[in-house]
Amino acid sequence: MNPFLVPALILVVVVTVGIGVYGLRFARTTSDFLVASRAVSPSWNAAAISGEYLSAASFLGVAGLILRYGVDVLWYPVGFAAGYLALLLFVAAPLRRSGAFTLPDFCQVRLQSTALRRLASVFVVFIGCLYLVPQLQGAGLTFTTVTGGSYVWGALLVGAVVTANVALGGMRAITFVQAFQYWLKLTALAVPVIFLVLQWQSDGRPAVNPPAGAVFPAATSVVVEQDATVDGVEVHKGQQLYYDEGDPVPRVNTVDAHFGPDWLLPGGDRTLFATYSLILATFLGTMGLPHVLVRFYTNPDGASARRTTLVVLALVGLFYLLPTLYGVLGRVYTPQLLMTGHTDAVVLTLPEAALGGGHLGRLLGALVTAGALAAFLSTSSGLLTSVAGVVFTDVLRAGRGGSVRDFRMATLLAAIVPVTLSVYVSNMDVSRVVGLAFAVAASSFCPLLVLGIWWRGLTDLGAAAGILIGGGAAMVSVLVTVLGPPLNGWAAQLIGQPAAWTVPLAFLVMVAGSLLTGRRVPDDVGATMLRLHAPESLRI
Amino acid sequence: MGGDGTPERTRVVLGEVAARRRPTDRSHADLAEQTPVGEALVKGLVRAQLALALRLALVVVTGLGALPLLFVAAPAIGTVKLLGVNLPWLLLGVLSFPFLVGVGWAYVRWAEHNEQDFIALIRKPEQ
Repeated sequence: MNPFLVPALILVVVVTVGIGVYGLRFARTTSDFLVASRAVSPSWNAAAISGEYLSAASFLGVAGLILRYGVDVLWYPVGFAAGYLALLLFVAAPLRRSGAFTLPDFCQVRLQSTALRRLASVFVVFIGCLYLVPQLQGAGLTFTTVTGGSYVWGALLVGAVVTANVALGGMRAITFVQAFQYWLKLTALAVPVIFLVLQWQSDGRPAVNPPAGAVFPAATSVVVEQDATVDGVEVHKGQQLYYDEGDPVPRVNTVDAHFGPDWLLPGGDRTLFATYSLILATFLGTMGLPHVLVRFYTNPDGASARRTTLVVLALVGLFYLLPTLYGVLGRVYTPQLLMTGHTDAVVLTLPEAALGGGHLGRLLGALVTAGALAAFLSTSSGLLTSVAGVVFTDVLRAGRGGSVRDFRMATLLAAIVPVTLSVYVSNMDVSRVVGLAFAVAASSFCPLLVLGIWWRGLTDLGAAAGILIGGGAAMVSVLVTVLGPPLNGWAAQLIGQPAAWTVPLAFLVMVAGSLLTGRRVPDDVGATMLRLHAPESLRI
Repeated sequence: MGGDGTPERTRVVLGEVAARRRPTDRSHADLAEQTPVGEALVKGLVRAQLALALRLALVVVTGLGALPLLFVAAPAIGTVKLLGVNLPWLLLGVLSFPFLVGVGWAYVRWAEHNEQDFIALIRKPEQ
């Protein structure tokens, strides 16, 4: 095992806890934690939001998908970044001015409906769980790749650590911790990539996508873990396969991947529906993610919420330049992942595979693993905190009388489902599951926020109908995809990437439902609109 | 006050503090009391901001959203190489991010401009 690994991981945890404790002391000296947060400048705030947003799916999953499928999946990083532009254009400043802290709060502020608030809570919990599963999966995968232990134990162990952390209040969502995590993640990908590209240059720029298919860069042995067909020949469990340097990488029937021009060139009309579905889901889904919205309240006013979002867009965009390089170089140095299907491990394995087992390769390997740990810790803690918050106020109905014990109970409740699920769906692409969470958010909260902010005519019944029908359809599609049998043909496309039809459906139902129940438009809609859109300086 | 003489715990919400303050001049009063003039002013602002957001969204939809269709309509674009990299990789993997940031920057500028105009309209001395 890599000797730098354990010190690097311990360092990440110690620095994270250290900054957290420092931040807590800082917050305690001011009378109001909110006011303390409001002193934070847009750039720090933006780094914190990016730190929370860049999850295991971004850190590990995007590179894995690019290694596997090539140019078509570049829409994932583009969409993950563009989601912040949609958030900026339609939501950021008015949402901050509304004073709503969470999505259920927004329902109450805008439409004064407790029933709608409950419905929104159900969706927050569902989306939060769905987003947590791939984080835990990423943790399990990192554990397996790095220590060779079993996936289940990795997922359970890290799930337990994060739950304990959030429950005990050890990992409070403090701006400086999250901001530190962003810069750590960026460094952990940016520094190794410099060495990787230099190595690729000094190796004589081996072709990324040679016409004859990928080749092994060094002699490799592969242990067969399940019966499969390798290049048309059946292999059985326990068998070992040997490949020499320069041998072409065989195709395994159980692993779905693209080769040759399929990988290099856009998929054409074959993937058009899936691509547009993905674009809709990621562009419009970001604004509905529970852990993203909470952070907007730490901005002093609407205008700085806007500026913060712009900086987030820049920081996230900067980060997403890097995973593509890992995915592409993975084709050269770690093609065996295309046989095993563990493509999500490419970021972790690439430094040692490309630079050799010397000190440099191991040091950089430890650095990317530390980054993965940061990615995992920041996102899942943020998610678990926001889901637990909703469980606390809207499920346990703890309200003002709720104790710390109730919050711990809520955290435990919020963690059980995703941890259990992550054990069963180990074989799904991390970014795919995240894409599904975006689809549900885009078909439920996106129409609610956009129509709620810009259209006076929205009613509580219309909003509820839209969320139930549009969001419900997306939710059912996700459940069928994750738990149901494999589908073929058009059904697979419609269910596997539902956003292209569920998002328009949600908007349509919401508008039609509101028009039909026009009498229920709240009386104070004018005052609410003034509050959402007028600059704060006019309120004095 | 509570029954036993101790003050009851009250919840302070920041937004309400601002809302409770009495506006002083005419336009402020129009806004706060939802007179037809105030309504029209707010509607104007909302419309201006929405038009700006939709216009820039349209820029992104045509700039980025049309790419998959373009790749289908003209598959030859996929094989065009710039600096040794196939054009779709360059467009999506690199150029899309500065494009998004540029659109965002323009929005922030113009949205703040709209708000300044609105403030100027309200603060303008009444005839």
